[in-house]
Amino acid sequence: MTGDPLWSIFLNACLINNFVLAYFLGLCPFLGVSGQLATAVRMGGAVSFVMLVSSVCAFGLNHALIALDAPHLRLISFIVVIASTVQLVEMFIKKVSPGLFRALGIFLPLITTNCAILGLALFQTNKGFDFVECIAYALGAGAGFMLALVLMAGLREKLALDDVPDLVRGAALSLTLAGLLSIAFMGFAGLGG
Amino acid sequence: MAAAEPGMEPKTADEFWKGLWDENPVLVQVLGMCPALAVSNTAINALAMGLATLFVLTGSNLVVSMLRSFVPKQVRIATYILVIATFVTLVDMFIQAISLDLHRALGAFISLIVVNCLILGRAEAFASRNGLGRSLLDALGMGAGFTGALLSLGAVRELLGAGSLFGLRVMPEGFEPWVVMLLPSGGFLTLAGWLLVFNAIERRRAPAALTEEAR
Repeated sequence: MTGDPLWSIFLNACLINNFVLAYFLGLCPFLGVSGQLATAVRMGGAVSFVMLVSSVCAFGLNHALIALDAPHLRLISFIVVIASTVQLVEMFIKKVSPGLFRALGIFLPLITTNCAILGLALFQTNKGFDFVECIAYALGAGAGFMLALVLMAGLREKLALDDVPDLVRGAALSLTLAGLLSIAFMGFAGLGG
Repeated sequence: MAAAEPGMEPKTADEFWKGLWDENPVLVQVLGMCPALAVSNTAINALAMGLATLFVLTGSNLVVSMLRSFVPKQVRIATYILVIATFVTLVDMFIQAISLDLHRALGAFISLIVVNCLILGRAEAFASRNGLGRSLLDALGMGAGFTGALLSLGAVRELLGAGSLFGLRVMPEGFEPWVVMLLPSGGFLTLAGWLLVFNAIERRRAPAALTEEAR
């Protein structure tokens, strides 16, 4: 329990301390899947869902581990929960939309090693959020991830048609864009705590 | 593949050197970006993070290489993650024991070494297919390459953002620090700059390599 209002926790995770642009979490999918707008939106959805589920699980697990007096097992148990959630999402997407499954490719199983999700579980534990606050935090982080991914994909789709020097194409260009986006997001710093 | 034929084994030392330049984890493979950018705001933090990653990578590569004939294929990723998580917990406790300040500065990013794609990538792509000695060399090379890249990021960011290097003042009195370099956006821009430098050097080397092959 921290006493902050829920909307402030949500906005904080979504805009001010955006997981991608301020904490550098989840950069691999951010740079890897942001080539096309449509894929980016779905990837954002999948990540947000995994975030929400693993945040709820991590909250329960953390309390169980404290009750068992074994907090040093926290990291290992979190990562196992996340890996199984990702497995679940993967099976679900494969069943419901094989096209999306192919479009996400290797990045779907790699959600397991998406630091944004483990980061979320660790941060909410460090901050001592209660259950409702955890959900607000997870929703905010998911929305922030989606926002960053969609903005980036839009920019990159535009740039793909432009005449960019050969040397800059690829990772260097994406990183410069991310840097500029990050500067833009600093403008939200005044919004709250 | 040439590497699989007996007598055609590449020189073992090459396993070490490739991690430093030709397959540098950060600059070429663009793996392990999150910790690389997040804690490279000063040279000291970057060095500590690099060494911690080097240790985890070496330990996990050794264990994965030893277990490679016992682990069933279906559960290998889960096994690797558990091995890595164990070593990360060790490093976390070790850093907490030697320096609380450093532990506070690196924060959750020590725990987040678990999800550094570089480590899982090396376990899956190299250690699970190669013997103990070669896996060790591979881990040391990749770890050193990662540390080097982190250090070059951290040094530039600290030099421009605070005018110092390893906490010592380097820039002259009148130097106005570029605060933006210490902020997240500075990390992105510095890495983009290094990638450009790296690409330019590679491009200059590429024509030379091509003519060598033609001979």
